[in-house]
Amino acid sequence: MSVPTARSVPPHTPYHPRWYRTPVSTYWWMQQWSYFRFVLRELTSLGVAYSCVILLCFIRALSLGPEAYEALQRRLASPIVILFTSISLLFVLFHTITWFSLSAHAMAVRVGGKRIPGVLITASNYVAWLVVSGILVWLLLR
Amino acid sequence: MADNIQLDVARYSPEHDDSPSFQSYTVPLRKDWVVLDALNYIKDKVDGSVTFRWSCRMGVCGSCGMMVNGEPKLTCATFLSSYAPGPVRVEPLRYFPVVRDLVVEMSDFMTKFRKVKPWLMRKEEKPLSEGEYLQTPQQLENFKQFSMCINCTLCYAACPVYGLDPFFVGPAAIAMAQRYNLDSRDQGAEERMDILAQHEGIWGCTFVGECTKACPKNVDPAGSIQQYKLTAAMSWFKSLLMPKASK
Repeated sequence: MSVPTARSVPPHTPYHPRWYRTPVSTYWWMQQWSYFRFVLRELTSLGVAYSCVILLCFIRALSLGPEAYEALQRRLASPIVILFTSISLLFVLFHTITWFSLSAHAMAVRVGGKRIPGVLITASNYVAWLVVSGILVWLLLR
Repeated sequence: MADNIQLDVARYSPEHDDSPSFQSYTVPLRKDWVVLDALNYIKDKVDGSVTFRWSCRMGVCGSCGMMVNGEPKLTCATFLSSYAPGPVRVEPLRYFPVVRDLVVEMSDFMTKFRKVKPWLMRKEEKPLSEGEYLQTPQQLENFKQFSMCINCTLCYAACPVYGLDPFFVGPAAIAMAQRYNLDSRDQGAEERMDILAQHEGIWGCTFVGECTKACPKNVDPAGSIQQYKLTAAMSWFKSLLMPKASK
């Protein structure tokens, strides 16, 4: 009797059959739109980090005096930086909106024993965003 | 509506195949048929060798979970007509080892499920003479949503973190831990925290959120994990501020 090869007869025993494990592709995140959106959400945090760095640069320039501030403004006015900043703004918006929509799941707020509907939690985030933006606009334009 | 629809069913025989392949079947497209009805039609009338799990046919037992056109679904609650004109691709639940055809091996889930101690734990039981542990409707409401889990593991098949890190405890087990943590009769939250406040526990979750979308019982496992993270972070912060007050 010939010895069966691994290919012709896969290893198999009655009480522990050979399982098939589907390998997870490196590109798993490209195989489903929801996975891709998740990876995009994580990647857009780079835009948030960029915005924070720019803000810190502005604060530093302010502390160094008007010349440093104007020099930074000039540097940021170059077309490439404007393009980069615009993309980063889109990233920040995407990041913010996706996290606002997820906050309803992460926060279980109860008032009078009843859980507040998720829509209200998401809405309150947007309201807070509008209020903070309104205060900033008022500070800048007054 | 067409009379028939094509089902592409994943087949895998551990005795003969190196990897799964698809076999196509044509089944009647009836308005009141779910995917499980089509599979049972194949099993009864066309090919008796097709292997799959099912039991209650009413979305309670959690046995008939499969990937339908790439999405984890309870096949007893997924109408064929939603996929007309077809074809409908039916595969075993993703990320689990396949035993045969559409049957997956669930021991890993069962082990993890037990690991989170999904039962009421008391530091001290009160005497029987004092009666049962009473609970207000509000206390019930705190955990009721998480108690609806039927262990169908669709959430595991939806979770890429589980696919990439087999040590991840996973959505249903964590949601079930939270179900008992939030139960007013339970006193085992600290013990469960030691098990779950680890990388393979709640911190492994990156909040993809697909488990919640896949859940046929609206358990919201993703939400339960994020809420658990908040509790764990608060507990850590408290132990940092008041080391003597913590255990």
